[in-house]
Amino acid sequence: MYRYDEFDHAFVNDRVAQFRDQVARRLSGELSEDAFKPLRLMNGVYLQLHAYMLRVAVPYGTMNSRQMRMLAHVARKYDRGYGHFTTRQNIQYNWPKLSELPDALADLASVEMHAIQTSGNCIRNVTADHFAGAAADEVADPRPYAEILRQWSSVHPEFSFLPRKFKIAVTGAERDRAAIQVHDIGLHLKKNEKGEIGFAVYVGGGQGRTPMIAKKIRDFLPEEDLLSYTTAIMRVYNLHGRRDNKYKARIKILVHETGAEELARQVEVEFAELKNTELKLPEQDIAAITAYFAPPALEPRAEGWAQLAQWKKADADFARWVQQNVQPHKHPDYGMVTISLKPIGGIPGDATDAQMDAVADIAQEYAFDEIRVSHEQNLILPHVALADLEPVYRALVAAGLATANAGLITDIIACPGLDYCALANARSIPVAQEISTRFGSPERQAEIGELKIKISGCINACGHHHVGHIGLLGVEKKGEELYQITLGGSGDENTSIGEIIGRGFEPEKVTDAIEVIVDTYLGLRLDPSETFLTAYRRVGPQPFKDALYGDKTAAAA
Amino acid sequence: MTDKVLTANRLSDGISVWLDAAGNWNESLQEAFVARHKEAVEALEATGKQAFADNKVVDVNVVDVEEVDGVLRPLRMRERIRAAGPTIPYAAGYAGLSAIRSAVA
Repeated sequence: MYRYDEFDHAFVNDRVAQFRDQVARRLSGELSEDAFKPLRLMNGVYLQLHAYMLRVAVPYGTMNSRQMRMLAHVARKYDRGYGHFTTRQNIQYNWPKLSELPDALADLASVEMHAIQTSGNCIRNVTADHFAGAAADEVADPRPYAEILRQWSSVHPEFSFLPRKFKIAVTGAERDRAAIQVHDIGLHLKKNEKGEIGFAVYVGGGQGRTPMIAKKIRDFLPEEDLLSYTTAIMRVYNLHGRRDNKYKARIKILVHETGAEELARQVEVEFAELKNTELKLPEQDIAAITAYFAPPALEPRAEGWAQLAQWKKADADFARWVQQNVQPHKHPDYGMVTISLKPIGGIPGDATDAQMDAVADIAQEYAFDEIRVSHEQNLILPHVALADLEPVYRALVAAGLATANAGLITDIIACPGLDYCALANARSIPVAQEISTRFGSPERQAEIGELKIKISGCINACGHHHVGHIGLLGVEKKGEELYQITLGGSGDENTSIGEIIGRGFEPEKVTDAIEVIVDTYLGLRLDPSETFLTAYRRVGPQPFKDALYGDKTAAAA
Repeated sequence: MTDKVLTANRLSDGISVWLDAAGNWNESLQEAFVARHKEAVEALEATGKQAFADNKVVDVNVVDVEEVDGVLRPLRMRERIRAAGPTIPYAAGYAGLSAIRSAVA
């Protein structure tokens, strides 16, 4: 993985010192709240319902065990012993004291971590496929390009005061695991017919109150043009993006109002000016960054095949976990392990300090010191020998981290919701907990198969409800929580925005409604191999509306 | 008129606080001074503005409450959760959230 050079170290340390001074001046009253708020936001510090919140960046979701141990340390020393992994591959702490935040950031800087650009109207943490560098279906590792974008965008003077926040995601395989079509810019790494690396470029996707699927404006952008073309997009957005209305300020609105074709033309005009400038990426620079992400030396471990078969035969729970949470690796003797942060009835994405330490220990001993955060709020060990799966599983069981539900109905994404968030209108976590508990039996989950439920506590859609196979949006109606259900959303290479199915449900009725939807699906699917999403796309919303509301009139009410 | 209390978050640690009858910022809603007429609400608002200007608190708001059997209960769920903490019990080792469900309901 990328290692800081002297510049990076000095830059992050200077930033901590600067923020320490700003906090001291705020606490002494020298700085007003109005002056301080944008400064704290630039360092990832929000004020939420109960306390400040610190959002720490995990660039493209990649970290090592030393960094994970530091995240545990921050949870223990500056928070209440836990943290929340987010849909942007970051981690949030819910209870830090403003007065202690400079110390927390200094501790994080000691392991090459920071909270810069995790908030504000700038280019945020660049996200990537959590299986990057390991997936069997990968064309190329997206992380070197994400790192190049990180370096280019960090305190970029031209792009630090954009009309609104800006999110970039990169995927390296045909199967999109980074939800690139619901990002401001989505980059799909691919090879052309000559075998050269480049990107399909998508622009203007996003969720929030106006969900939109990104438009492809380039089929193939050579890798050397990554920064010049991205700069061209940013310039068009910075110039023409709306600043009169916060809710219409994202690039998706500009793309929608301008039209993708015209926007692409404007980008090409800027690009023509930038193409052969200092923004052109030299081959040796790409190679130098790529070298940081060289895969570990994976020795043949063919003995794992026979061992694995034996272990699976001896332990049904282990077999279930392997089936659900281990994916094929590039190397046939290895697997990619998903560590579920979705225990049945638990809080999606949360981990205690002890669990973070346990993951660090396991990664160090068995997984070449590599850990990923997925946008689905789980952790990943990207390189584990099949021969080591059993001890890894035992260690995860001991830490309460061996739930075998990756991709199943209890692998729910949920934002913090009204339990923590100052913007939320309704709670998300308790709803996720109840659904998880209702469907928690392994047999029932297996019978239902792949089904992604995503829950947001407000229209900002941090819980990605628009792209949930079943999405739940919490709203406040007459002072009470109400949950609107959408069906048919998806955040993969065939991205779709879920459709609202009808009137919302009260908190005590929403789990029953989910059960009706699931039972309806089970009743109409062609066979167990037809997933919920495929079945929904085949039959449309009507059978689900009928099951939920009885007749069309009720659904429209 | 709906009863009102003055709430904010403490500058130094962000913890939710309510203004009590002695003029202190208290961590318990139940200790809050309740304004029951217009002049009292105006006094609350003025106190809030001053405390914000003095850099003691941030995000200052007057919120509606009702008193039920001597217990103050904010009318909005958001404020009930602010007062009681998250409605979800947390991991062992962190006490303080267990008695919350009833307070928020």
